[in-house]
Amino acid sequence: MPVQPPFESWLRPDGSGLYCVPGDFHIDPHAAVPRAVITHGHSDHARPGHGAVLATADTLEIMKLRLGQGAGDSLQPLDYGEALKVRDVTVRLVPAGHILGSAQVVIEYQGQRAVISGDYKRHADPTCEAYELVPCDLFITEATFGLPIYRHEPDTGEVAKLIASLKDFPERTHQVGVYGLGKCQRLIALLRQAGFDRPVYLHGALRSMTDYYLARGFALGPVPSVSDTKEKLAGEIVLSPPSALGDRWSRRFADPLAGFASGWMRIRGRVRQRGVELPLIISDHCDWPELLQTIAETGAREVWVTHGREDALVHEVSKMGVKARALALVGREDEAE
Amino acid sequence: MKAFATLLDRLTYTPSRNGKLTLMRNYFRATPDPDRGFALAALTDGLPISFPLRRVLADIGESRFDPELFRLSRHDVGDTAETVALIWPVTQAGADAPRLSDVVAAVSAAGRGGHAALLTQWLDRLDATGRWALLKFLSGAPRVGVSARLAKQAVADAFGQGVDDIEELWHGLAPPYLQLFDWLEQKSERPSMSATPIFRPLMLAHALEDAEWAGLDLQDFAAEWKWDGIRIQAAAKGGVTRLFSRTGDDIGGAFPELLDHFKFDAILDGELLVVRDGAVAPFADLQQRLNRKSVTRAMMVKYPVHVRFYDALEIGGEDLRGLSFTDRRKRLEAWHQEFGPPHSDLSAVLSFDSKDALKLRWEATREEGIEGLMLKRRDSPYLAGRPKGHWYKWKRAALTADCVMLYAQKGAGKRSSFYSDYTFGAWAEKDGVRTLVPVGKAYSGFTDDELAQLDRFVRQNTIERFGPVRSVTPKLVLEVAFDAVQESARHKSGIAMRFPRVSRIRWDKPAAEADTLETLKALISAAR
Ligand SMILES: [Zn+2]
Ligand SMILES: [Zn+2]
Repeated sequence: MPVQPPFESWLRPDGSGLYCVPGDFHIDPHAAVPRAVITHGHSDHARPGHGAVLATADTLEIMKLRLGQGAGDSLQPLDYGEALKVRDVTVRLVPAGHILGSAQVVIEYQGQRAVISGDYKRHADPTCEAYELVPCDLFITEATFGLPIYRHEPDTGEVAKLIASLKDFPERTHQVGVYGLGKCQRLIALLRQAGFDRPVYLHGALRSMTDYYLARGFALGPVPSVSDTKEKLAGEIVLSPPSALGDRWSRRFADPLAGFASGWMRIRGRVRQRGVELPLIISDHCDWPELLQTIAETGAREVWVTHGREDALVHEVSKMGVKARALALVGREDEAE
Repeated sequence: MKAFATLLDRLTYTPSRNGKLTLMRNYFRATPDPDRGFALAALTDGLPISFPLRRVLADIGESRFDPELFRLSRHDVGDTAETVALIWPVTQAGADAPRLSDVVAAVSAAGRGGHAALLTQWLDRLDATGRWALLKFLSGAPRVGVSARLAKQAVADAFGQGVDDIEELWHGLAPPYLQLFDWLEQKSERPSMSATPIFRPLMLAHALEDAEWAGLDLQDFAAEWKWDGIRIQAAAKGGVTRLFSRTGDDIGGAFPELLDHFKFDAILDGELLVVRDGAVAPFADLQQRLNRKSVTRAMMVKYPVHVRFYDALEIGGEDLRGLSFTDRRKRLEAWHQEFGPPHSDLSAVLSFDSKDALKLRWEATREEGIEGLMLKRRDSPYLAGRPKGHWYKWKRAALTADCVMLYAQKGAGKRSSFYSDYTFGAWAEKDGVRTLVPVGKAYSGFTDDELAQLDRFVRQNTIERFGPVRSVTPKLVLEVAFDAVQESARHKSGIAMRFPRVSRIRWDKPAAEADTLETLKALISAAR
């Protein structure tokens, strides 16, 4: 067997983020770079101002919606599974199951394979393609929920909680905070799966992204804008960005009951800190068992942890006999899950 | 267990009283006996079990979890029991969750060594919320922001009864309250309580307005001082003595010296005070004795408690509530003459020549322990609740101080989008530098319009945010009204205000002209 170069010789963090040397590109860099591969459209991964950008078509469309001209000078779409030669490496994008368009980046170089997970989850999600496992030598994973206390309960139960609350408090507007890209549309889809067929009202900030999902053919049912009605919306569901919870904007509603859909809602202190009455534990990231399961299934002999609870995950993966280290990439904001 | 877990979970996050009532009402209607009775016991702090939770959790934790992962997790969560509930691995998903009644029965039957095994097998059969609720339940007092009174109110609402009816029965009943629910669901007669000392709802007074004072004919009224303690009902019968708070909570456990001596057959109304050498001590002394489950010898010596009786609801099994105040008072005096126990006396009925003389005497009184004046109509029976026109309380005019708003926090329920809780400060000088020291917190006293103005002020003058709290530029003066100032070792300022509220917003007044801590400290004695 030929001697293989150490991973650090061709893939390593530099001042702008994770850099692939023989391919001469960054993956999800936090600063503007000449050439970037972007895993998905969330703002902590898809930053403005890059030169050439390679991503899935959905991610590129989402970046254009969010960043306009800032999406990049030249945008190159790549289908899931399609191999592309970039200088001395081969690049593939594989579904990550996180949000619409989200991808893992698979890089092959001199007979070795590295997978950069981006953000990902194993749990089924009606609004994006399911995670696809890729065996590899080096697995670079996130660890947003990298502690054994984080185990996401089935999302059907959380949605049932919301519907039950509408029965308990039919006189109150149920205002649920959601992140505008992914969580918002997933929650609507889950409500529809649960048989909820009333309109789901949207804050203006959630409009354009939801319209994109509609245009892509997702059946989200009636999703009118709050601004188009004069009603107080008692007993209805209103989705808004988390920042609008308990804000002056919510005064238009009937005794608003604040909900929040996030993996962080598993921790009571965080629920109280946010003044949330109805926490819904719905996450677009892996929980602890899924992280460990995925790492084991990739068969990787080395694991790098990009962001989140690195200490605990590195500790546990080392116990599994796999070499692990924390990259501590700057600029990730998965607190905002 | 699942329904109970959901209830506790929702209660912890529901700030409004009405919301809590709704959740509990729905629970009590939908949940079968005996589980709902044990839930009611938990919510009213009356669970008949004791479980060494802390010790058992420590034992289990060490054997089950990787210490490093547990430490990191504990750091994220901030609470040990919650960490255990969250970190517990799912082993028997889909197994039957234990019922509350099973838990109570098993804990009662378990020996010292059996606790850990019991807890382990229950945790294995529950989801995260269930595990958290079980640990809360076993801790004895779930602390989910529900008072015993509110839980009883919910039971009453659920079945269309009055809460006072439930209060009357309460202390004759025991978990899981089968008799109570049977009666509420009209499956049996109202339980009979003749053999035990039970709580009788109190008669309460209206605040007297100046205008009303002018219209009162004092011939019809008896006057007493309004004592600055807490209202208490002493009920004793058949060798059992109970001390009830105003809301019917049994608080006797904290006052063993009273339980020891109050061996009589009567239900009496009075004021609980700390009295030394015949003089009433400041309210702060009484506070040292409140909200304790047990009390040391030293506490009893340092803060000697005493009950000053002023009414009799029942003596020797005879219900006196239908009699006039004058007749009840005669019976009370005769009884106390003969049977009056140590640690008790009677609140004197004040004699006065004229209305003006009474007013003068009241205004001149600066005696410790007197909070105001009570006027009781001589021919009124003892009526539960707050009936109009019978009893009046005339509180001393509030004290006020000009303070500066320092922090604001969002309110709860309908006020959750408003910054409605304000921490305010007064000027203190240290090493020649004047700084504002926080002296209290107020969240009432303003109108809805004023709240909107204050909210706008907070948003426009925010310096920093800490979660739901904002610090604001210290430039808005609030005139704060309060009943008294007390010394307090717990507060950095060294003082604590009683019932502070915003009486006026002084948009006009520069912060530099607000009051000083010195001025407030001077009120500690002046209020008396
Ligand atoms: Zn993301
Ligand atoms: Zn992320």
